[in-house]
Amino acid sequence: MKKVTVSILVGLAKFFSGATVRWVDCQPDTCQRIYFANHTSHVDALILWASLPRRIRNVTRPVAAKDYWDGGPIRRYIASVFNACLIDRNEVSRRNSPVDMLLQEMGDKFSLIIFPEGGRSPDGELGTFKSGLFYLGKKRPDLELVPVFLDNMNRVMPKGEVLPLPLLTSISIGAPIWLEPGEGKTEFLERARHSILKLKES
Amino acid sequence: MSRLVAFLFDTSQFSGPSMTLLGGNLLVLAVLFAVGRYLRKQSESMIDPAVIRSFDRRIVGWIAILVILVLALMVNRTFTLVFFGFLSFWALREFITMTPTRRGDHRTLFWVFFLFTPLQYFLVALQDLSFLPNLPNRERFAELFIFIIPVYASLFVAGRIAFADDAKRYLERIAKIQFGLLICVFAISHAPALLYLEPLRTFNAEANAWEIWTTGTTTGLLLYFVIIVQISDLLHFVWDRMAGRHVIAPSINANRTWEGLTGSACCTLVIGMFIQAVMPITPFQIVGSGLMACLISVMASSGSMTMSAIKRDRGVQDFGTLVQGHAGILDRIDSICFAAPIFFHVTRFFLATQHVPGNGVQ
Repeated sequence: MKKVTVSILVGLAKFFSGATVRWVDCQPDTCQRIYFANHTSHVDALILWASLPRRIRNVTRPVAAKDYWDGGPIRRYIASVFNACLIDRNEVSRRNSPVDMLLQEMGDKFSLIIFPEGGRSPDGELGTFKSGLFYLGKKRPDLELVPVFLDNMNRVMPKGEVLPLPLLTSISIGAPIWLEPGEGKTEFLERARHSILKLKES
Repeated sequence: MSRLVAFLFDTSQFSGPSMTLLGGNLLVLAVLFAVGRYLRKQSESMIDPAVIRSFDRRIVGWIAILVILVLALMVNRTFTLVFFGFLSFWALREFITMTPTRRGDHRTLFWVFFLFTPLQYFLVALQDLSFLPNLPNRERFAELFIFIIPVYASLFVAGRIAFADDAKRYLERIAKIQFGLLICVFAISHAPALLYLEPLRTFNAEANAWEIWTTGTTTGLLLYFVIIVQISDLLHFVWDRMAGRHVIAPSINANRTWEGLTGSACCTLVIGMFIQAVMPITPFQIVGSGLMACLISVMASSGSMTMSAIKRDRGVQDFGTLVQGHAGILDRIDSICFAAPIFFHVTRFFLATQHVPGNGVQ
């Protein structure tokens, strides 16, 4: 049953977004990765996930906000279908750290899709990054941190709309980055942010 | 059940001449394709490789459109309509993707994509959908397709965006959406609508009187239209390359010349007469067929020029490169979008008989 839903959702996402995927200086691989992308629309995670090749999709889990995706049976079902890790944006504490939770969910098999801005940008501009990406990179230096630029998604389904438009979008996946030895948090986050901006121009 | 089966598979629409014409045309395309391939292998100093590439793309595009069209026609004319419907949908999404819209346009665009586009095609098909329950005044409903977009949809777009409370560039935004709908949906739907333009009359020169056209079907009319557009497109390209001296509008399209326009119009006139003389698949007279072909050629050029102008305005090279990797549907059908409604209406004006959509019930 879930398989059917997956193919329907993937088909719908591909049809609606007409997404072209460009692998720029990066090849599809099932090794453990963190895809970090700019966030402008609710459909971002779904479209990015659907556009990955099937074998990669099977080991990739989007990270989504619990307050949205846990609200109501349909959203909860969709989140379970694409195997999302839900994190609580409201109750972040040292004891209840989302980073540790994510690392646990990843195990040694899964890759993650995260949106380091922490929420959707209202105007489509890339905002500042939350520190989660830095800690993920620090605790698991073996992970490839892969920048992804999503273009035109905010027109497919802008903040506050429920119905998507079938406009053409594109997904650019860039060269992986790692945390350099001795690199500070702000420095690294700025570099990560810049790697997405660079994809925008390429 | 048997009604549904009869509805689904109807190959009776193909006549001998239209098959010959189609076969001949595909053969010519195949030869041209081979020529393109051959030229590509020659040294680059002789011919600009970009020219060959664009020539190749043109040919491949036309082969694809013709093959899909014939497959759709072989099943049933409703399938042809569905094919054009998807073409419209794709063209419209390219058009709107290229056009900057604002948040306030979102819901308007939703209705444009999911209500007006399917509705337009549904209305064209209406008189055919015999398994639907009987509508009173089916003809009255069917004729809606001629004005539902220019009247209802364009007013809806203007009104709905006003209701969305965003005045910035209001006039510009509604104009863009209306024009997209007009070109990509309204105009293109007139090509498959040719199939539903029956019964037509034809002039019998021997008896010196009008009679109902029975020697061919409207499938022939659509094939004639598509093939003439495509021949004119290719001839335009060839004339531009061989004899082009005076560019029509350099800031719009540096390749299109007056020589190409007149050359292709004259050549298609002759080819139109030739087709009707050898393989009569239309209800036109020989001279009429030539004039129609000439008209199609001029309208096809105008359509391409208009699309070039839109592209320059938006600063894109090809609709296809808008988002990397997409085959630009708008690039391929730019020559149909002006020619289809004009060909449809001229044919309807001269040759339609009573029970034709838009003609009213007599």
